Amino acid sequence: MSFLREFFRFMAARKKFWLVPVLLISLLFGGLLVLTHGSAVAPFVYTLF
Amino acid sequence: MRVLGISGLYHDSAAALVVDGVIAAAAQEERFTRRKHDADFPAKAVDYCLSVAGCGLDELDAVVFYDKPFVKFERLLETYLAVAPRGFNSFRMAMPLWLREKLFQKSILGKELRKIAPGFDVEKLLFTEHHLSHAASAFYPSPFDDAAVLTMDGVGEWATMTLAIGSGKDLKIHKELHFPHSLGLLYSAVTYYTGFKVNSGEYKVMGLAPYGEPRFAALMLDKLIDLKPDGSFHLDQSYFNYASGLTMTNERFAALFGQSVRQPEQLLTQFHMDMAASVQAVTEEIVLRLARSVRAETGQKNLCLAGGVALNCVANGKLLRENVFDNIWIQPAAGDAGGALGAALAGYHLYAGHERPPRSGNGDAMQGSYLGPSFSQAEIEAELTAAGARFETLDDAALIETTAQALADGKAVGWMQGRMEFGPRALGSRSILGDPRSPQMQKTLNLKVKYRESFRPFAPSVLREDVADWFEIDEDSPYMLLVADVQKGLRREMSEAEKALFGIDKLNVPRSTIPAVTHVDYSARIQTVHADTNPRYHALISRFKALTGCPVVVNTSFNVRGEPIVCSASDAFRCFMGSEIELLVVGNSVLRKEEQDPGLKLDYKESFELD
Repeated sequence: MSFLREFFRFMAARKKFWLVPVLLISLLFGGLLVLTHGSAVAPFVYTLF
Repeated sequence: MRVLGISGLYHDSAAALVVDGVIAAAAQEERFTRRKHDADFPAKAVDYCLSVAGCGLDELDAVVFYDKPFVKFERLLETYLAVAPRGFNSFRMAMPLWLREKLFQKSILGKELRKIAPGFDVEKLLFTEHHLSHAASAFYPSPFDDAAVLTMDGVGEWATMTLAIGSGKDLKIHKELHFPHSLGLLYSAVTYYTGFKVNSGEYKVMGLAPYGEPRFAALMLDKLIDLKPDGSFHLDQSYFNYASGLTMTNERFAALFGQSVRQPEQLLTQFHMDMAASVQAVTEEIVLRLARSVRAETGQKNLCLAGGVALNCVANGKLLRENVFDNIWIQPAAGDAGGALGAALAGYHLYAGHERPPRSGNGDAMQGSYLGPSFSQAEIEAELTAAGARFETLDDAALIETTAQALADGKAVGWMQGRMEFGPRALGSRSILGDPRSPQMQKTLNLKVKYRESFRPFAPSVLREDVADWFEIDEDSPYMLLVADVQKGLRREMSEAEKALFGIDKLNVPRSTIPAVTHVDYSARIQTVHADTNPRYHALISRFKALTGCPVVVNTSFNVRGEPIVCSASDAFRCFMGSEIELLVVGNSVLRKEEQDPGLKLDYKESFELD
C-alpha cells in the first residue's frame, strides 16, 4: 500500500498522470512476461534499466 | 550528524559515511566481495563505514540513496512510448526486471538495511538525483567556496550532463541535457563498435586513441552530432540503438563508417585506432566548448567535474592546458561509486542544511582519497601467518630502504599501506610499483604481473615538488586524473623505422628516460605524491630518488586483469602468490617471493573474468 501511495504522490509531483494508461499496459504486458518467462535477464549493454 | 550514502543496484555499489560534514569513510563493495563492479546492495561496505563511525545503522541520522528509481522508470516508460513498437525487445527484457524488483527499490533497500539493524526506521531513507549526487561529490570536497560544477556521464534519471553552481553549502543545478543525448553514451557507442565491453572498456578506447588519426571526427560531427557553440548537442538517434534495442549502435552507424562491429576476438586494426582517436577528439571538443560557455555564462573561476566522463584524463589535461578556468578540481571517484559520497554530502548540506566544515590550508577534503579500510600491524601479521606467508617485520627506516633498493634493482613490488583508496585508481596504498627507467618494466608488469597487454603505458607517481622537472605540468594531480607530456629534454626521438611500428610494438620502443610511463604521444597520466596525504609513499619515492636520481615510480593498481584491487593482507598475499610480483610490502612486513612455500603458489591468471 505504501508503495502505491508513494507512486501516486510521485506522479502528482511530476504531473505525469498521462502515463497511467502506458503504465497499465506495461503492467499487463510485463506481468504476462513475468508469468510466462520465469526469469528476467538484464540486457548486456549500458544499464539503462 | 551522521549520514550514510549508498550507490549501487545498477553497477559499482559503494557506501560512504559523512560525520559532521567530514568524510569519515568510503569504499566500493567489489573490494570486499572480490567481484569486479559488484552491483549488489553494498552490505560489506556499509558494515565497514559503520565500524569507522563506531555506531549502529539505527543511530545514523539519514541514509541517502544516490538516484531516484521512480524517475528512472518514468524515463523508461516515456522512451518506450516514444520509440514503440521498435523497443519491444528491450521492453521485454526490462519490464520483468522492473516489475519484480527495481520499482520497489525503497522496500528492497529498507529490507537490506533492516538486515543490518532490525530497528532501522525506513523514514530515514532518502533519495537524491543521480547528477545531484555527482555534483555534490565534486563540489563539497573541493577546495573552492564557489565553483561551477559540470557532471557528465552515460545517463542518470533523465539527465546525462548538468551544470550546477555551488556556493558555500548551497548547490543548485541550473541546466541539464537529457537522455538520449549523452556524451557518455556516445563514447560507449564507439567502445561497443570497436569491440570493447561497454561500461569498463572506455578507458581502452582512450588508451588506443594516440595510435590513431582522428580522421572520422568531422564525419561524427557532421552526421552523428549536432554540436552547438555552447557545447550542448543532439545525437541523431537514427545511428544508435541504445534507446530502443539491446546494442549501442545499429547498421546505419556501421554503414556510415564502413565496417561492421568488431568482435572481441577480432584483430584491432588502424581503423579501430582511428575511430578511438576520432571519438576522443570529439569528446575533447565538446568538453572544451562546454567549459568555455560555462565560464562565460557563470563568470566562475573554479570548475569541479564528476561523472564517468570526468575519468577521461586526456580530456581533463587538455581542459587544464587551455586555461579556460583558473582552477579545476575533479572528484577521484568520478564514476557511480562516487555517487554514494555525493548522496551523503547532499543529505548533510542540502537536506539538513548544514554549513561546510572549515578546511585546513588550500587542500581538498578528500584526504588523498584514502578513505577505505586500514589494518593494524598486528592484524596484518595475524592474517599473513594464517595464510602461511613467510615474512620479516622491519622498522620504518629499514622498510623504506629495503623497498627503495628493490625498486632500484628492477623488481616488481606489491605495496599495501594504510587506508585503501576510494575510486578506480590505486594511489600508493594498494599499488604495484616498479622502476620507470627500465625499458623492460612495462613488458614485465604487463605480461608477468598483470596478465594483460595494454595500449596505455603505466602511470607515474612523482614527488609533487619534482613534477615540473619531469613533466610539462606544475599543478597538483593527486588523483591521477590529468595527463601531461614528459619534459622535452627527457624524450628520445623515434627513428623512421620505429615510427612505422604498429600497436603494442610501437609502445614497446623506449621514447624517454622513463619509458615505462611514456605513451606513444609522449604523454603520461600523472599522480603527484604529497607528504601530507601519504607520508610513507612520499618517503619511499624520496629514497628511490636518492638512490637513482629519479623521483618517479611506476604505479599500477594492485590486482591482476579482471580482479578488484586488493583490500586486505590476505588479498595482497594471494595476488602476490598468483603473479610474479617479487617483493610484497604490507604494513611493516616484507615478503620475498623466493622465501615463500612453493606449494602456496596459485594459478591466478584464469581466476577472474576479463574486463
